[in-house]
Amino acid sequence: MLLKINTSKVMTGSIPLQYFLIISTLMFFTGIYGFLTRKNLITMLMSIELILNSVNINFVAFNRFLYPNNLHGHFFSLIVIAVAAAEAAVAIAIIINIYRNFRSIDVDRVDEMKF
Amino acid sequence: MNSEILFYLLSGMIVIFSILTVTSRRILRSAVYLLFVLVSTSGLYFMLKYNFLAAVQLTVYAGGIVVLIIFSILLTSHISERAQMAGKFQGIMSAFAAIAGALLTLITIMNFTFTSSSALVVDSDVKSIGRALISYNENGYALPFEVVSVLLLAAMIGAIIVARKESISEKLQRKNAAQDKH
Repeated sequence: MLLKINTSKVMTGSIPLQYFLIISTLMFFTGIYGFLTRKNLITMLMSIELILNSVNINFVAFNRFLYPNNLHGHFFSLIVIAVAAAEAAVAIAIIINIYRNFRSIDVDRVDEMKF
Repeated sequence: MNSEILFYLLSGMIVIFSILTVTSRRILRSAVYLLFVLVSTSGLYFMLKYNFLAAVQLTVYAGGIVVLIIFSILLTSHISERAQMAGKFQGIMSAFAAIAGALLTLITIMNFTFTSSSALVVDSDVKSIGRALISYNENGYALPFEVVSVLLLAAMIGAIIVARKESISEKLQRKNAAQDKH
């Protein structure tokens, strides 16, 4: 047996799964709203981070409440965090390069691919 | 009872600070609000007894990504600068889309009955997580681990190449090419 079985109960017995899903839904659609209304590339990136984070909450809550006998959601969240870090690094490199060439990171003013 | 109060506190912080993150006009402040959201999320993971995941959330998100974002904000805009938002029409339509989507999802969640599992809880301490990450059995995650390590290497190299300054000879070459065109 690879994973040790722990007989101790989860502490969050009084809080239903739905509450976690509601939190993550609110966070997800706040991120969507920010992504649609922001003009600055960095704040759009921050909205994407919000969306990724809300998805992580979903994975972890489903793992804990519905499938506590394995750790699939837990590892999926770990990997999503790693992908988010890589994505943020590359996105910020691109944003800094754009700033060097356009002197602005507003999406309205960055409208040509070749200059 | 205690954990309920903690949960409501954390979830209130998450909702309020995520709304502030997307509405604040000062970019630096919204980065700090994002930091608060990420820290409260890690508090939720601690409540669910996934201690290692919560620690990773704190170090990678709160310690790494937010610092990276703050650095890039300082590189690309003045501190006193106010962020421009979309026009009124676009703002209202985006809010409408977000609220409609949230309502749809919330109604679906509330109408669905989740049957909570009574299976034994797997231990999630660092030792068993480390074992699972390098094993390739039924509960092993060696393949995603390796794929993510390759992805991180590729992202690192890509970020260096994209953000690197142009050397002088390359700049001259580009200028000459532009002059030839005109």
